[in-house]
Amino acid sequence: MTWDSLCAYVLALVVAPLLTGIINRVKAMFAGRHGQPLLQAYFDLAKLLRKGAVYSGTTTWVFRTGPVAGLAAVLVALAFVPLGKVPALVSFNGDFLLVAYLFGVMRFVTVMAALDTGSSFEGMGASREVQFSALAEPAWFMGLVTVIYVSGEWSLSPALAGVSSGVWGPAGSAMVLVGLAWLGVFLTENSRIPVDDPNTHLELTMIHEVMVLDHGGPDFAFILYGAILKLWTLGAFLVSLVTPYRTGMVLLDLGYGLAGMLILAMVVGIIESIMARLRLVRVPHLLLTATAFALLALFLVMR
Amino acid sequence: MKPSGFVPFVHGDAVPRRKVPILEIAEFRKALLDAIQGGQRLVSWSGHEAGDGSVELLAVLADDVNGTLAAAVTRVRDGYPSVTPECPQAHWFEREIAEQWAIKPEGHPWLKPIRFHAPYRAGASMPGGEGSPLPGVTDYFHMEGDEVHEVAVGPVHAGVIEPGHFRFQCHGETVFHLEIELGYQHRGLERHLRGGPDRKTVHYLETAAGDTTIGHATAYAHLVEQLASVRVPSRAQVLRGVALELERLANHTGDLGALAGDVGYLPTASYCGRIRGDWLNLTAVLCGNRFGRGLVRPGGLGVTVDAAAIAEVQKRLDALEKDLTSAVELLWSTNSVMARFEETGCVSRQDAEMIGLVGPAARASGIARDIRNDFPSGIYRYAHIPVGAWHSGDVFARAFIRWTECQRSIAFIREQLSMLGEGAVQVACGLLAPDTLAVSLVEGWRGEICHVALTDPAGRFAHYKVVDPSFHNWFGLALSLRNQAISDFPLCNKSFNLSYCGHDL
Repeated sequence: MTWDSLCAYVLALVVAPLLTGIINRVKAMFAGRHGQPLLQAYFDLAKLLRKGAVYSGTTTWVFRTGPVAGLAAVLVALAFVPLGKVPALVSFNGDFLLVAYLFGVMRFVTVMAALDTGSSFEGMGASREVQFSALAEPAWFMGLVTVIYVSGEWSLSPALAGVSSGVWGPAGSAMVLVGLAWLGVFLTENSRIPVDDPNTHLELTMIHEVMVLDHGGPDFAFILYGAILKLWTLGAFLVSLVTPYRTGMVLLDLGYGLAGMLILAMVVGIIESIMARLRLVRVPHLLLTATAFALLALFLVMR
Repeated sequence: MKPSGFVPFVHGDAVPRRKVPILEIAEFRKALLDAIQGGQRLVSWSGHEAGDGSVELLAVLADDVNGTLAAAVTRVRDGYPSVTPECPQAHWFEREIAEQWAIKPEGHPWLKPIRFHAPYRAGASMPGGEGSPLPGVTDYFHMEGDEVHEVAVGPVHAGVIEPGHFRFQCHGETVFHLEIELGYQHRGLERHLRGGPDRKTVHYLETAAGDTTIGHATAYAHLVEQLASVRVPSRAQVLRGVALELERLANHTGDLGALAGDVGYLPTASYCGRIRGDWLNLTAVLCGNRFGRGLVRPGGLGVTVDAAAIAEVQKRLDALEKDLTSAVELLWSTNSVMARFEETGCVSRQDAEMIGLVGPAARASGIARDIRNDFPSGIYRYAHIPVGAWHSGDVFARAFIRWTECQRSIAFIREQLSMLGEGAVQVACGLLAPDTLAVSLVEGWRGEICHVALTDPAGRFAHYKVVDPSFHNWFGLALSLRNQAISDFPLCNKSFNLSYCGHDL
C-alpha cells in the first residue's frame, strides 16, 4: 500500500458522483438543454440521507440488508481496482475473482431485496438483471484472462499495469477488442443505454431501476452511491487498460486516471445521446458479441 | 321496401326523428349485420329512454365508400341477442349499453362494465353486478400454467398520465394477453348534456378530452349548426380547420417526441417536446389559449382573429416546419431507433377492420380511413388533404403516419392562411329543430370523433352521445401486445396514445 493508492481510493469516493453529473451534462448539450447542475448527484445523496425511510409491511430484514450490504461489497471491490497505472490499495494473486464475486454479492443482495417486496415489477427487473449479468460475466473474464496472459501477472494491479505502451504496440488489436468487450460490460452492468435507460420512468422497461423502486431515504442513498461507485470501479478497468505508463509522480498519475474517468463519462454521455435503447431481447446479442470480442483478443495474444 | 332497414342520410343533414325507422330487434340486428358485412362501420350505438319503460337503441352506420351515414332504432326491454360474435366492432358499444341500461346482450363473449357506474335505469342493475361498482374491481381474463404470471400496472402510473389499469398475462417476458380496464375518469358528461344546449355545454365538450379541445368543440358546433340550419361564414370555417390542424400538429409532434423518449433516443425527444409547445403557442396566437379553448363556438368562432395574428402564425410556421423536419428525420435515419419501431406491436389490417380502428392507428394498418376525406364538413369540403396509409401496422407505421400527416397539415395551414378572406366569423344560432337526429363527424388528431344528438319537441337535447376515437382504439392496443415483449408495452401504448378521459367521459 502506497500513498498514491490511498489517494486514488479517496479520490474515487469523493469524485465518483461527478461522473453522473458529466454524463447528464453531455446528454443535455446534445438535447439543446442546460441540464442539471454538475453536482446534482451530491445534492441528491445529501437530500436522501436526511430523509426517513418507509418500509412496506410485507418486507423483511432481507429488504433492509440489501442497500447496506450492496454498498459494502462495492466499497471493498473498489480497493482492488487500480486507477490508471496507480496500483490498487490491496492486491494479491487471484484478487480478480474476489472482485468479480463482490459484484456478484452486490447483485445478489439487490435482487433478494427486490424479490422480498413481492412486486411483480421488481421480480421482472431481478430476472432481467440476473440474466444479463450472467452473460456479461464471461466477456469480462475473457478480457481479464487476455490481460493476465499478456502481462503474466495474476493480480489486478500488476496485470493492468502490465498493459503498458510496450504491450499496445505488439498486442494493440487484442487490447482494442478487450476494451470494446469491457465497454459493453461496463454499459450493461451500470444500466446505461443501449441496455437500460436510467432516465425512464416506465417500470415495465426498466432493469436496474425497477429493482430499487421500493427503497427510499438513506437506503436509496446507499443504492445510488453504490451504483455510482460501481460505475467508477468498472470504468477504472477501462481507464487502466488505456493509460500508457506510470510516471511515478503522484499528482500526474492521479491526474491521468481522473482525466480518463471524466473522458469515459463523456463517452457514455455521447453514446446515450446518439442511439436508442436496444430491444430487451437483443441485449444478449450485445453481450455475446462482447464475449466474442474478448475471446478473439485471447486467441490473438495466444497465437 | 328499403334496401336495408337503416335510413341513409348525408353527413351534415339533420334527420327528423320520424324518418328514422323503429325496427324490431330481429330486423334491426339483421340490417346491422348486413350493413357491416357490406363494409359499413358502426360509428355510434347508444341507448336512451323510450318512455314506455323500454330502452331505444340508436345505431349510426358510416359508409366510407359512398360517404353516407345511416341510422335506425330498435326498442329492447331486458336483453337481446348480442351482435358481437358476428360483428366484433360492436363489442365495446354493447358493453357500454349493458352497463348504462342494464340490458343484456345475450351471447356477448366478454360482458363486463367499461366505466363502472350504476345503471341509468332506476331499479335495474348491470347483469352480474349489483350496487355501485368500483373501477377495476371485476373479473379478469386469467391464464394458468407453468411459468405463466400476471402483471398488474396502474391505475396510478409512474408518469404524469391519466389513470387506467392494465392486466398482463405473461410467460416470461412475452405477453399473451393484455386486458385494459378504464373508467376512473368517468364524469357522467353525456348525462349532463341532456336538456342543453346551454352556457355550459360547449365547455363540457371542450374538456371531454383536453388534448382534443378543438376536435370535440368542432364536432359539437357542427352538430348545433345542423340542427339550427345555420351557415357558418367561410372565414370561420377556414380558421376552424387551421385550429384543428394545429391541434393535430401539436399532438403528433408530442407523440413523435415521446416515442423517441420511450426508446431512450434523446435528440428527437427533447426537440419535439419543445416544438410541441411551439405549436400550442400558435393556437394561443389565434385565440389566447394554448389548447384552443374559446375558439370554436356554434355559428363560427368565439374570438375575432386579426391580420397581425395571422401574419404571426404564418411567420412562425416556416421556422417550426424546419425544426420539426430536422428533429423527426433523425428518427428514420437512426438504425437503433428503427430497430425498436419496426415490427413492434403489429396490428394486421384484417384485425383493424374487424375491431373498427379509426384515425392514424387505422391508417397505419393500411386502411385509408379519414373523416376529412370520407365525410368532409366545413373547409374540408373545399380543400382536400390527401389521406396517407402505411401497410405494416407496427409502431413505425403509427409514427410515420403521424409524420406524413404533420407535413400535410403544415401545407394545408400555409395554403389556407395565404388566401384567407375577410368577413364575419360568427352568425347567431337560433332555436334547434325539434324532434331531430343530428350526427357530426370530425377527424380529430386521434381519429374519428362522433357526436350524435336527438332533440325533444322543444328543441333541447333529449340525448347526446359522444364517441371519442379512443373508444374504438383501446382494444387495438390490447391486440398489438399479443406475443410482444412486455418491455415494449410503453412504446406500443405511446404509439396509440389514447385518451382515458375521452373514453371515460
